[in-house]
Amino acid sequence: MTAALDLEAVRKDFVVRDNGRSARFTAVQDLDLSVPDGQFLAVVGPSGCGKSTLLDLVAGLTTPTSGRILLHGEPVTGPATDRAVVFQQYALLPWRTARKNVELGLESVGVPRKQRARLADEHLDLVGLTGFADRYPHELSGGMKQRVAIARALAVDPRVLLMDEPFAALDAQTRESLQDELLRIWRATGKTVVFITHGIDEAVYLGQRVAVMSPRPGRISDLIDIDLDPVPGEDVRSDPAFGRLRHRVWSSLQQIEDRSETEVAHV
Amino acid sequence: MSSSTLEKAAPTLDPAPEDYRRRAGLTVDEVQTPRFLPALGRVLRGSAAILAFAALWEVAPRIGLVDAVFLPPLSTSLGALADLVSSGQLTEHLQASLTRALVGLSIALATAIPLGALIGRSASVARFLNPVLELFRNTAALALLPVFVLILGIGETSKIALVVYACFFPVLLSTITGVRTVDPLLLKSARSLGLRPLQLFTKVTLPAAVPTIFTGVRMAGAASILVLVAAEMVGARAGLGYLVTAAQQNFQIPAMYAGIITIALVGLAINAVLLLAERRLSRWRPTS
Repeated sequence: MTAALDLEAVRKDFVVRDNGRSARFTAVQDLDLSVPDGQFLAVVGPSGCGKSTLLDLVAGLTTPTSGRILLHGEPVTGPATDRAVVFQQYALLPWRTARKNVELGLESVGVPRKQRARLADEHLDLVGLTGFADRYPHELSGGMKQRVAIARALAVDPRVLLMDEPFAALDAQTRESLQDELLRIWRATGKTVVFITHGIDEAVYLGQRVAVMSPRPGRISDLIDIDLDPVPGEDVRSDPAFGRLRHRVWSSLQQIEDRSETEVAHV
Repeated sequence: MSSSTLEKAAPTLDPAPEDYRRRAGLTVDEVQTPRFLPALGRVLRGSAAILAFAALWEVAPRIGLVDAVFLPPLSTSLGALADLVSSGQLTEHLQASLTRALVGLSIALATAIPLGALIGRSASVARFLNPVLELFRNTAALALLPVFVLILGIGETSKIALVVYACFFPVLLSTITGVRTVDPLLLKSARSLGLRPLQLFTKVTLPAAVPTIFTGVRMAGAASILVLVAAEMVGARAGLGYLVTAAQQNFQIPAMYAGIITIALVGLAINAVLLLAERRLSRWRPTS
């Protein structure tokens, strides 16, 4: 399988102000990661481990200080519609209806008006929002807003779908139904997905592979293949194999925590 | 269960809350209010204070509470207003004032919004200019009237320039604020969808700034009439401000009040038009 996404020795430094003096802060360092085409990769890590920086880098919203990011072999030079991002806070334009929000990305690439509307409606159907095209964001629930955001991301037909804790702001039931919906959409579209989360269960449930990130500076400290074979109609989460994988990710995160605690103790 | 019990049971169910039904995709039936009488009641309640004020104005001069020469009863003033309307004088003055106010306001909007948007794009430029802009905005426009007259003469130009000045700064400052305070996440997500800088500006920044810009536009609308009337009182041969001073100097007191009433109505009308425009442009906002 060819890699959809390759990160080679990526490093990102930020300038931060510390007591009026500017200091250098390394968000991610020596970050290597290869995501095969069509894979659903979940990324977990404690807060502040550089997960969002990783996503911004792949999205092209920020440039690496050093290292390379390749999308199907081509270096990423900035944001483009071959990657699309779904944010935790939906980021819908409140003055646009659901349909017009989905059209936003299509406008940037100059899709004609009629085709835009058709594509928008198709993608709203795909995320289960048939009949809600003319609603404004404030008329939609949190889960529905996130569905619109997913439709908007998919409408530009990206090769990689980037998701930054997209379900973290939702209640448990909505989250579970959207997780299943996302898996259904992923299977239907075959997109490569990079899904950032801080939930171990969510990572193991959604991902074909889970990347564990450690902080200061952020890097991939563990990669765990999720070889669950979900039987339709059965609760994968209650499968003993799910529990083992969950524990495996948990231990990996626990090691990071132990390490950072000793670091703190030494300081 | 028979169908009759079902029919009986149905009306006792509480109707679902409106927003729930909206979210569930059901049509929300507008609740029909009985037409005529409650509407009349609402109008009466809304205008009770106005009516009381009008009654006071009518009665006070008649019972000798105030000097009827200096404050004639409302009906006398309205009579004078009717005379001004039928003689065509009011139209002339109203037209003169409205033209000046609208030309001035339009020039201010056409320049202040693009300029504010431009300044707002750069945080450092906005910070650098802010003190001087605040200084200009808080300089009473009327204090500059002699300057405008000195430079531009006493004709139309100086009056329109004064209106432009008074309207320009509130709109400029609110545009800068509006453009600067756009939710960064909206910009970030639009950028991630491949929107280029100009598209970001027209599709995200500007629409997001509209409510803030409109605060300034409404202030400008009020200011335009305010400074214009004052300018017309100082030096003009037509206009509502001129009408009021000329009537006072010729001791046509009812006509003076007729002019004042007209100015009040024009102010209300401008505010109403701007409110309507604001509502049209921000229909997407949740009604509270």
